[in-house]
Amino acid sequence: MRLLPFLASALVTIGVIFVLNTQLSIGPTKSPKLGYFLSPQHGFWKNAEKVNTNFDATLVVNELKGEVDVYLDDRLVPHIYADHDEDAYFVQGYLHAKFRLWQMDFQTRLAAGRLSEIAGADKLPIDRFFRRLGMVYGAEKTEENINASNPVMKATVDAYTAGVNAYLKQLAPEDLPFEFKLMNYQPEQWTPKKTYLFLMFMSYDLTGRSATTDLQLTNTRDFLGYDLFNKLYTNLQDSLDPIIPKGTVYQKPSIVPIKPANADSNYLFHSSSVASNVQEAPDAPNKNNGSNNWAVSGSKTKSGRPILCSDPHLGLNLPSLWYEIQITTPTHSTYGASFPGSPAVIIGFNDSLAWGVTNAGRDVLDYYELKFKDSTENEYWFNGEWKSVTKRKEVIKVKDSADVIEEIPMTHWGPAMYDAHYQNPQSKGRNLAVKWTAHNASTGVETFYQLNRAKNYDDYIKAISLWTCPGQNFVLATKSGDIAIKQQGSFVARWERQGDFIMPGQDSAYDWQGIIPNAENPTIKNPVRGFVSSANQKPTEATYPYYLGTASSFPLYRGISVNKQLSAMSLITPQDMQALQTNNYNVFAATARPALMKYIQTDKLSTNAKRMVEELTHWNLFNEEGSKGITVFKIIWDSIEQAVWGDELAGSPIPLTKPDDYVILDQMLKDSNWSIADDIRTKDKIENFKDQVTLGVENATKKLLALEKENKITWALFKATRVLHLTKIPALSRMNLPIGGGMNIINATTDVHGPSWRMIVHLTDEIEAYGLYPGGQSGNPGSPYYDSFVDYWAAGKYYRLLFLSKEKLTQNDRTKWHIKFKTA
Amino acid sequence: MKIIISILLSALLAYAIGIYGNLPWWSFVVTNLIVAIVIPQKSFHSFLIGFLSIGLLWGGLAIGIDQGNHHILATKVANILPLKGSYISLIVLTSFVGALLGGLASLTGSFIKMK
Repeated sequence: MRLLPFLASALVTIGVIFVLNTQLSIGPTKSPKLGYFLSPQHGFWKNAEKVNTNFDATLVVNELKGEVDVYLDDRLVPHIYADHDEDAYFVQGYLHAKFRLWQMDFQTRLAAGRLSEIAGADKLPIDRFFRRLGMVYGAEKTEENINASNPVMKATVDAYTAGVNAYLKQLAPEDLPFEFKLMNYQPEQWTPKKTYLFLMFMSYDLTGRSATTDLQLTNTRDFLGYDLFNKLYTNLQDSLDPIIPKGTVYQKPSIVPIKPANADSNYLFHSSSVASNVQEAPDAPNKNNGSNNWAVSGSKTKSGRPILCSDPHLGLNLPSLWYEIQITTPTHSTYGASFPGSPAVIIGFNDSLAWGVTNAGRDVLDYYELKFKDSTENEYWFNGEWKSVTKRKEVIKVKDSADVIEEIPMTHWGPAMYDAHYQNPQSKGRNLAVKWTAHNASTGVETFYQLNRAKNYDDYIKAISLWTCPGQNFVLATKSGDIAIKQQGSFVARWERQGDFIMPGQDSAYDWQGIIPNAENPTIKNPVRGFVSSANQKPTEATYPYYLGTASSFPLYRGISVNKQLSAMSLITPQDMQALQTNNYNVFAATARPALMKYIQTDKLSTNAKRMVEELTHWNLFNEEGSKGITVFKIIWDSIEQAVWGDELAGSPIPLTKPDDYVILDQMLKDSNWSIADDIRTKDKIENFKDQVTLGVENATKKLLALEKENKITWALFKATRVLHLTKIPALSRMNLPIGGGMNIINATTDVHGPSWRMIVHLTDEIEAYGLYPGGQSGNPGSPYYDSFVDYWAAGKYYRLLFLSKEKLTQNDRTKWHIKFKTA
Repeated sequence: MKIIISILLSALLAYAIGIYGNLPWWSFVVTNLIVAIVIPQKSFHSFLIGFLSIGLLWGGLAIGIDQGNHHILATKVANILPLKGSYISLIVLTSFVGALLGGLASLTGSFIKMK
């Protein structure tokens, strides 16, 4: 043996192993362990799925009561046929895990405030935000409630959990999903709590905007004063076309909330300014987290049978939030979009009826300002005395770093989210407790469990009556010919403007005075006009006896568009509905363009600006992929807004919320000398809409010329719609999709947001259904099924959904593979 | 001839031990080492044997997988790693990383029992 060369060579070998087995820092991120990642028998190559993979399999599983057959169709949609309901949910859990394991892990880590554990201290702001908001607290309460009082739901979620874990048990280390290898961590056992955490995340996504906007509106009110605020952020929407048609008569409310006597001085007109200690918060959920849904009765269709459509608008991600599935057992046969992470179908249809949801947008989250006795935060002033808190401890594990511990004071209102230890630029040093309906134990999963089995209108009402948060507009169409829509959730009975701003937390007079009884939630069945619809607008006109919350939570124009189109249609076919769901007509621009034209002083414009106005004039008002007119319109409109209220909002040390589009437009249509149009910075001149619109066009032209130069002026290139991987890594995402649509458009596709599942169900004897989502059934970036629906979706095309009995499905050409689950 | 046998044996054992996903990805270091002890070679030859055996194994496996996958994942990974989306570069990198370590392992083994 040659000792020295041996030692030298051994040392170098060990050194190379070490380097190849370490995550190296590259800027803020970490590389994978390169040797492991590249190893063809261990690393990412194992995830490079054969394009002609055969998914046939026979699996022996101890936990099942009977055999289960799963057939996968050519789009990799599973059709589960089970003899027992619990077996079906077991298999659903197994399949979710088989195709979407990493996503399920990641999304529930996000909800639980546990990203730092895998990604390091960079993720602490988002983890702390979710911990302090009470995400884990809410999930725990739901779990306790279901375990204590709902044996059927407990069994359902337990079966689903066992299915996920059965997959994990047989998962070989080399077959770990790609992202685990990339980020170098291991999956965990699934638990029911993770399912409830996922549902908490949906509550946050759909009602959590108030956690940010209540602060922003308060700061904006403080900056402007209540009177000016009330002009710019008015609750009046002149052109509203509500979900429940105008003229509907509402019964007397059973709760009449009383505005506290000192509310004007201590709340509405109150203004505070405190020092701030800055910590970044995550972005608020998208304002347009909304959706369209509608159903038309047989009187309006060619077949004489109802058609139901639903397209939830959410952040567009890969892997998709949705996973298509058919579940057939002796109790029901249901098809639709499910959430990887939760049992049952969320939006879909069964052999009797179809249902869909849109977000209600009602305010169910409020802040209360606390006064602590001292810096220990052990006592706070409430109803004239010092009251004790309990402290909730949240431990955040941080990769390569020490744990971070949050001690959250729990008060009468809820968790004291903001205190001396946690602030962001908008909380401005205040101590704020958060009260949110999502903190109340929910049994939301039971609503879907029952809807999956519902046979008629009464079953639907019973199922949705259990729904608390996030409030939704549930639309229904049945084979027997009924159509209906109901806004359902736990909605707070509020006095006017209650909870729009931070409320005083020292006085129980500001507390919620009740939850509106389900029977008084806005609802309509089989209306004369032959259709029901919702698009996140206000559910009712002002005659509804309860305060709905700040109008800026309710997008106005999509609803107008949908109702206008549906009213005009007759002899409707599913193909007409496809055209409607992907319709790009811009009803906002149709209203705004004539108003603009009225105010533009063409003689004062430069040659280029005149050319842009010309472009705008000739635009066909459709947000088409190749349209230039919509880009011109958007940039001009934004510039005008900036000219109109840029002056009022200027000088604030923190960003303020921008007033809504309809506020200016409604004023433009009725008053050319609206006082807000004046630029308050020019003391010697009073500007009106004529001046501001002309200035806006001139300013916009500069931006438009730059866009022309970059060749980004056509709409799809300008808005650059993308479906982002959950890590936002571009290589795993689909960028720059050729698609039209946008804000205020029925085809509500913006840059990173839009129709996340398009479904059309024709309730004929044999149900005729169409649908797709911008993703693919496999969550594996190495699979051809990872993004297989994206191009079709962008092109506005649809797949015919296979919803068949076991006998018919096994004979269908599109059925490709069979996975058999056997008992031991 | 002995060199070719060593290469084939090293590659075969490396492949066999790689089937066990619970063992570390670098387990072939041990098998290469053993082959280098059992079939002694000159140091330079040993390095070459180790280099070629794992380089060919990893490269070959990667090419086979990539063909069956129509370059879907390799193209994505070659965009995440700074390889400008070239699946060929990624295969070369994969092969080289395995080869380098394989060569070092066999070289180390060769010093234990010098001919």
